[in-house]
Amino acid sequence: MGVEKFLFYVFVLIAVFASLGVIGSRNPVRSALFLVLAFVATAGVWLLLQAEFLGIVLILVYVGAVMVLFLFVIMMLDINLTPLKEGFARYLPIGIVVALVVLAEMAMVLNPTFFGLQNFPSPVALAVTDSNTKMLGQLLFTEYLFAFELAAVLLLLSIVAAIVLTLRRRHQSEALYQDVGVQVRVQASDRLTMVKMAPTVKANAPEQGAE
Amino acid sequence: MSEMIQLSDVLLFGAVLFVLSLAGIFLNRKNLIIILMSIELMLLAVNTNLVAFSSFQGNMHGQVFVFFILTVAAAEAAIGLALLVLLFRNKHSINVDDLSEMKG
Repeated sequence: MGVEKFLFYVFVLIAVFASLGVIGSRNPVRSALFLVLAFVATAGVWLLLQAEFLGIVLILVYVGAVMVLFLFVIMMLDINLTPLKEGFARYLPIGIVVALVVLAEMAMVLNPTFFGLQNFPSPVALAVTDSNTKMLGQLLFTEYLFAFELAAVLLLLSIVAAIVLTLRRRHQSEALYQDVGVQVRVQASDRLTMVKMAPTVKANAPEQGAE
Repeated sequence: MSEMIQLSDVLLFGAVLFVLSLAGIFLNRKNLIIILMSIELMLLAVNTNLVAFSSFQGNMHGQVFVFFILTVAAAEAAIGLALLVLLFRNKHSINVDDLSEMKG
Protein backbone atom coordinates (compact mmCIF):
# COMPACT_ATOMS: atom_id res chain seq x y z
CA MET A 1 0.00 0.00 0.00
CA GLY A 2 1.43 3.34 -1.00
CA VAL A 3 2.04 6.18 1.40
CA GLU A 4 -0.76 8.23 -0.15
CA LYS A 5 -3.25 5.42 0.24
CA PHE A 6 -2.17 4.85 3.84
CA LEU A 7 -2.59 8.56 4.65
CA PHE A 8 -5.95 8.52 2.89
CA TYR A 9 -7.21 5.70 5.10
CA VAL A 10 -5.89 7.42 8.23
CA PHE A 11 -7.78 10.61 7.33
CA VAL A 12 -10.91 8.65 6.42
CA LEU A 13 -10.90 6.76 9.72
CA ILE A 14 -10.45 10.00 11.68
CA ALA A 15 -13.25 11.70 9.72
CA VAL A 16 -15.69 8.80 10.17
CA PHE A 17 -14.90 8.55 13.88
CA ALA A 18 -15.40 12.30 14.24
CA SER A 19 -18.73 12.24 12.40
CA LEU A 20 -19.93 9.46 14.69
CA GLY A 21 -18.96 11.77 17.54
CA VAL A 22 -20.91 14.65 15.99
CA ILE A 23 -24.15 12.71 15.82
CA GLY A 24 -23.70 10.74 19.05
CA SER A 25 -22.45 13.24 21.62
CA ARG A 26 -24.70 14.26 24.46
CA ASN A 27 -23.18 17.72 24.65
CA PRO A 28 -23.47 20.10 21.64
CA VAL A 29 -20.08 21.63 22.51
CA ARG A 30 -18.49 18.22 22.13
CA SER A 31 -20.38 17.72 18.85
CA ALA A 32 -19.01 21.01 17.53
CA LEU A 33 -15.46 20.04 18.47
CA PHE A 34 -15.88 16.67 16.76
CA LEU A 35 -17.14 18.51 13.69
CA VAL A 36 -13.91 20.54 13.72
CA LEU A 37 -11.98 17.26 13.72
CA ALA A 38 -14.07 15.97 10.82
CA PHE A 39 -13.36 19.14 8.82
CA VAL A 40 -9.62 18.93 9.46
CA ALA A 41 -9.47 15.26 8.44
CA THR A 42 -11.49 15.94 5.29
CA ALA A 43 -9.17 18.83 4.48
CA GLY A 44 -6.35 16.26 4.60
CA VAL A 45 -8.22 14.10 2.06
CA TRP A 46 -8.65 17.13 -0.20
CA LEU A 47 -4.94 17.87 0.05
CA LEU A 48 -4.22 14.30 -1.06
CA LEU A 49 -6.48 14.92 -4.07
CA GLN A 50 -4.32 17.89 -5.10
CA ALA A 51 -6.94 20.47 -4.13
CA GLU A 52 -4.55 22.41 -1.91
CA PHE A 53 -6.29 25.77 -2.01
CA LEU A 54 -9.67 24.36 -1.05
CA GLY A 55 -8.13 22.21 1.69
CA ILE A 56 -6.55 25.25 3.31
CA VAL A 57 -9.71 27.31 2.78
CA LEU A 58 -11.75 24.59 4.44
CA ILE A 59 -9.58 24.84 7.55
CA LEU A 60 -9.38 28.65 7.54
CA VAL A 61 -13.03 29.38 6.79
CA TYR A 62 -14.77 26.44 8.39
CA VAL A 63 -12.64 25.67 11.41
CA GLY A 64 -11.56 29.27 11.88
CA ALA A 65 -14.82 31.09 11.31
CA VAL A 66 -17.95 28.97 10.98
CA MET A 67 -17.22 26.52 13.78
CA VAL A 68 -16.15 29.31 16.12
CA LEU A 69 -19.50 30.95 15.36
CA PHE A 70 -21.22 27.67 16.22
CA LEU A 71 -19.28 27.41 19.48
CA PHE A 72 -20.12 31.01 20.37
CA VAL A 73 -23.83 30.42 19.84
CA ILE A 74 -23.83 27.10 21.72
CA MET A 75 -22.05 28.60 24.70
CA MET A 76 -24.13 31.79 24.64
CA LEU A 77 -27.45 29.96 24.80
CA ASP A 78 -28.30 28.37 28.11
CA ILE A 79 -29.80 25.17 26.75
CA ASN A 80 -31.57 22.58 28.82
CA LEU A 81 -30.21 19.41 27.27
CA THR A 82 -32.39 16.75 28.86
CA PRO A 83 -35.51 17.06 26.67
CA LEU A 84 -33.41 17.34 23.51
CA LYS A 85 -32.02 13.82 23.83
CA GLU A 86 -35.39 12.14 24.39
CA GLY A 87 -35.95 10.70 20.91
CA PHE A 88 -32.43 9.31 20.52
CA ALA A 89 -33.09 5.71 21.53
CA ARG A 90 -36.52 5.74 19.91
CA TYR A 91 -35.22 6.79 16.51
CA LEU A 92 -32.01 4.78 16.68
CA PRO A 93 -33.35 1.68 14.83
CA ILE A 94 -35.00 3.62 11.99
CA GLY A 95 -31.96 5.87 11.73
CA ILE A 96 -29.63 2.91 11.36
CA VAL A 97 -31.95 1.19 8.87
CA VAL A 98 -32.30 4.28 6.67
CA ALA A 99 -28.57 4.95 6.84
CA LEU A 100 -27.69 1.38 5.88
CA VAL A 101 -30.20 1.29 3.01
CA VAL A 102 -28.92 4.58 1.59
CA LEU A 103 -25.31 3.44 2.02
CA ALA A 104 -26.02 0.13 0.28
CA GLU A 105 -27.70 1.92 -2.62
CA MET A 106 -24.77 4.29 -2.97
CA ALA A 107 -22.24 1.46 -2.72
CA MET A 108 -23.98 -0.36 -5.57
CA VAL A 109 -23.12 2.54 -7.86
CA LEU A 110 -19.92 3.93 -6.37
CA ASN A 111 -17.94 0.68 -6.30
CA PRO A 112 -14.57 0.00 -7.95
CA THR A 113 -16.29 -1.75 -10.87
CA PHE A 114 -17.50 1.57 -12.22
CA PHE A 115 -15.15 4.06 -10.59
CA GLY A 116 -11.99 1.99 -10.31
CA LEU A 117 -8.59 2.79 -11.75
CA GLN A 118 -9.40 1.15 -15.09
CA ASN A 119 -12.13 3.70 -15.78
CA PHE A 120 -10.62 6.66 -13.95
CA PRO A 121 -6.82 6.42 -13.94
CA SER A 122 -4.90 8.15 -11.18
CA PRO A 123 -4.51 11.86 -11.81
CA VAL A 124 -1.17 13.00 -13.09
CA ALA A 125 0.87 14.47 -10.29
CA LEU A 126 1.13 18.17 -10.97
CA ALA A 127 4.53 19.75 -11.38
CA VAL A 128 5.84 21.91 -8.56
CA THR A 129 5.38 24.98 -10.73
CA ASP A 130 1.69 24.22 -11.36
CA SER A 131 -0.05 26.11 -8.62
CA ASN A 132 -3.54 24.94 -7.72
CA THR A 133 -4.34 28.42 -6.43
CA LYS A 134 -3.26 29.98 -9.71
CA MET A 135 -5.36 27.61 -11.81
CA LEU A 136 -8.40 28.17 -9.60
CA GLY A 137 -7.90 31.93 -9.64
CA GLN A 138 -7.59 32.05 -13.41
CA LEU A 139 -10.93 30.31 -13.82
CA LEU A 140 -12.55 32.30 -11.04
CA PHE A 141 -11.57 35.72 -12.36
CA THR A 142 -12.28 35.05 -16.03
CA GLU A 143 -14.99 32.54 -16.75
CA TYR A 144 -16.73 32.74 -13.39
CA LEU A 145 -16.25 36.45 -12.68
CA PHE A 146 -19.97 37.23 -12.56
CA ALA A 147 -20.68 34.31 -10.23
CA PHE A 148 -17.77 35.42 -8.07
CA GLU A 149 -19.23 38.90 -7.71
CA LEU A 150 -22.66 37.43 -7.00
CA ALA A 151 -21.04 35.40 -4.20
CA ALA A 152 -19.67 38.62 -2.73
CA VAL A 153 -23.15 40.16 -2.81
CA LEU A 154 -24.53 37.02 -1.18
CA LEU A 155 -22.03 37.30 1.67
CA LEU A 156 -22.93 40.97 2.17
CA LEU A 157 -26.59 40.00 2.20
CA SER A 158 -26.00 37.36 4.84
CA ILE A 159 -24.09 39.85 7.02
CA VAL A 160 -27.00 42.29 6.83
CA ALA A 161 -29.57 39.55 7.42
CA ALA A 162 -27.76 38.14 10.46
CA ILE A 163 -27.42 41.60 12.02
CA VAL A 164 -31.02 42.62 11.32
CA LEU A 165 -32.36 39.33 12.69
CA THR A 166 -30.49 39.50 15.97
CA LEU A 167 -30.60 43.25 16.58
CA ARG A 168 -32.54 43.95 19.75
CA ARG A 169 -33.40 47.23 21.41
CA ARG A 170 -33.73 47.23 25.17
CA HIS A 171 -36.11 50.04 25.95
CA GLN A 172 -36.21 49.35 29.64
CA SER A 173 -32.49 49.60 30.16
CA GLU A 174 -30.34 52.66 30.60
CA ALA A 175 -28.68 52.21 27.23
CA LEU A 176 -28.74 55.22 24.92
CA TYR A 177 -29.68 54.75 21.26
CA GLN A 178 -29.12 56.88 18.24
CA ASP A 179 -32.24 57.92 16.30
CA VAL A 180 -30.95 58.86 12.88
CA GLY A 181 -34.27 60.31 11.72
CA VAL A 182 -34.41 62.77 14.58
CA GLN A 183 -30.78 63.67 14.01
CA VAL A 184 -31.37 64.44 10.36
CA ARG A 185 -34.58 66.36 10.93
CA VAL A 186 -33.09 68.71 13.51
CA GLN A 187 -33.07 72.45 12.69
CA ALA A 188 -30.55 75.00 13.80
CA SER A 189 -33.29 76.79 15.74
CA ASP A 190 -33.83 73.69 17.93
CA ARG A 191 -30.33 73.76 19.22
CA LEU A 192 -29.22 77.39 19.05
CA THR A 193 -30.77 80.64 20.31
CA MET A 194 -29.39 84.03 19.38
CA VAL A 195 -29.17 86.42 22.33
CA LYS A 196 -28.87 90.16 21.89
CA MET A 197 -26.30 91.69 24.19
CA ALA A 198 -24.86 95.08 24.55
CA PRO A 199 -21.34 95.22 23.09
CA THR A 200 -19.79 96.22 26.39
CA VAL A 201 -21.00 95.41 29.83
CA LYS A 202 -19.63 97.06 32.84
CA ALA A 203 -18.23 94.49 35.18
CA ASN A 204 -19.56 94.55 38.67
CA ALA A 205 -17.02 95.74 41.17
CA PRO A 206 -16.02 92.89 43.43
CA GLU A 207 -17.59 93.13 46.80
CA GLN A 208 -15.42 93.96 49.71
CA GLY A 209 -14.29 90.93 51.68
CA ALA A 210 -15.59 88.48 49.12
CA GLU A 211 -12.23 86.83 48.83
CA MET B 1 -6.37 -3.72 -3.07
CA SER B 2 -4.73 -1.28 -5.38
CA GLU B 3 -1.66 0.76 -4.60
CA MET B 4 -3.11 4.13 -5.51
CA ILE B 5 -6.17 5.99 -4.29
CA GLN B 6 -9.08 5.06 -6.52
CA LEU B 7 -11.93 7.37 -7.37
CA SER B 8 -14.36 4.89 -5.83
CA ASP B 9 -12.51 5.08 -2.47
CA VAL B 10 -13.11 8.81 -2.24
CA LEU B 11 -16.69 8.49 -3.46
CA LEU B 12 -17.42 5.85 -0.83
CA PHE B 13 -15.86 8.08 1.83
CA GLY B 14 -18.22 10.85 0.73
CA ALA B 15 -21.13 8.43 0.82
CA VAL B 16 -20.28 7.31 4.38
CA LEU B 17 -20.05 10.93 5.58
CA PHE B 18 -23.35 11.75 3.88
CA VAL B 19 -25.09 8.73 5.41
CA LEU B 20 -23.75 9.49 8.87
CA SER B 21 -25.04 13.06 8.72
CA LEU B 22 -28.39 11.76 7.44
CA ALA B 23 -28.56 9.44 10.45
CA GLY B 24 -27.61 12.39 12.64
CA ILE B 25 -30.68 14.31 11.48
CA PHE B 26 -32.84 11.27 12.28
CA LEU B 27 -31.34 10.65 15.70
CA ASN B 28 -31.18 14.24 16.94
CA ARG B 29 -34.42 15.43 15.50
CA LYS B 30 -35.18 17.62 18.53
CA ASN B 31 -31.90 19.48 18.77
CA LEU B 32 -31.76 22.26 16.19
CA ILE B 33 -28.02 22.89 16.67
CA ILE B 34 -27.06 19.29 15.90
CA ILE B 35 -29.34 19.35 12.84
CA LEU B 36 -27.50 22.44 11.56
CA MET B 37 -24.17 20.72 12.19
CA SER B 38 -25.36 17.61 10.33
CA ILE B 39 -26.26 19.78 7.36
CA GLU B 40 -22.75 21.22 7.38
CA LEU B 41 -21.34 17.68 7.41
CA MET B 42 -23.61 16.73 4.51
CA LEU B 43 -22.34 19.66 2.44
CA LEU B 44 -18.80 18.56 3.24
CA ALA B 45 -19.54 15.05 1.90
CA VAL B 46 -20.95 16.49 -1.33
CA ASN B 47 -17.95 18.79 -1.71
CA THR B 48 -15.63 15.81 -1.26
CA ASN B 49 -17.30 14.13 -4.24
CA LEU B 50 -16.87 17.24 -6.37
CA VAL B 51 -13.20 17.57 -5.40
CA ALA B 52 -12.61 13.89 -6.19
CA PHE B 53 -14.13 14.09 -9.66
CA SER B 54 -12.31 17.34 -10.33
CA SER B 55 -9.00 15.75 -9.39
CA PHE B 56 -9.48 12.52 -11.33
CA GLN B 57 -10.79 14.23 -14.47
CA GLY B 58 -8.08 16.90 -14.41
CA ASN B 59 -10.79 19.55 -14.64
CA MET B 60 -10.71 22.60 -12.39
CA HIS B 61 -14.36 23.56 -12.80
CA GLY B 62 -15.39 21.18 -10.03
CA GLN B 63 -13.16 23.01 -7.57
CA VAL B 64 -14.66 26.35 -8.60
CA PHE B 65 -18.03 24.83 -7.83
CA VAL B 66 -16.80 23.72 -4.39
CA PHE B 67 -15.58 27.27 -3.79
CA PHE B 68 -19.08 28.64 -4.40
CA ILE B 69 -20.71 25.93 -2.30
CA LEU B 70 -18.39 26.86 0.59
CA THR B 71 -19.46 30.50 0.23
CA VAL B 72 -23.14 29.63 0.27
CA ALA B 73 -22.65 27.25 3.20
CA ALA B 74 -20.94 29.95 5.24
CA ALA B 75 -23.81 32.36 4.55
CA GLU B 76 -26.32 29.64 5.41
CA ALA B 77 -24.58 28.88 8.71
CA ALA B 78 -24.53 32.56 9.69
CA ILE B 79 -28.23 33.11 8.95
CA GLY B 80 -29.21 29.76 10.47
CA LEU B 81 -27.45 30.59 13.71
CA ALA B 82 -29.02 34.07 13.73
CA LEU B 83 -32.45 32.46 13.40
CA LEU B 84 -31.52 30.03 16.18
CA VAL B 85 -30.55 32.87 18.52
CA LEU B 86 -33.79 34.68 17.69
CA LEU B 87 -35.78 31.53 18.35
CA PHE B 88 -34.08 30.92 21.68
CA ARG B 89 -34.71 34.51 22.72
CA ASN B 90 -38.44 34.20 22.05
CA LYS B 91 -39.10 30.64 23.23
CA HIS B 92 -36.20 29.86 25.60
CA SER B 93 -35.84 26.53 23.86
CA ILE B 94 -34.30 25.11 20.68
CA ASN B 95 -36.47 22.01 20.70
CA VAL B 96 -37.97 21.40 17.26
CA ASP B 97 -41.17 20.15 18.90
CA ASP B 98 -41.77 23.60 20.39
CA LEU B 99 -42.05 25.10 16.92
CA SER B 100 -45.58 23.91 16.26
CA GLU B 101 -47.46 27.21 16.30
CA MET B 102 -48.20 27.25 12.59
CA LYS B 103 -49.52 23.65 12.62
CA GLY B 104 -48.12 23.17 9.14
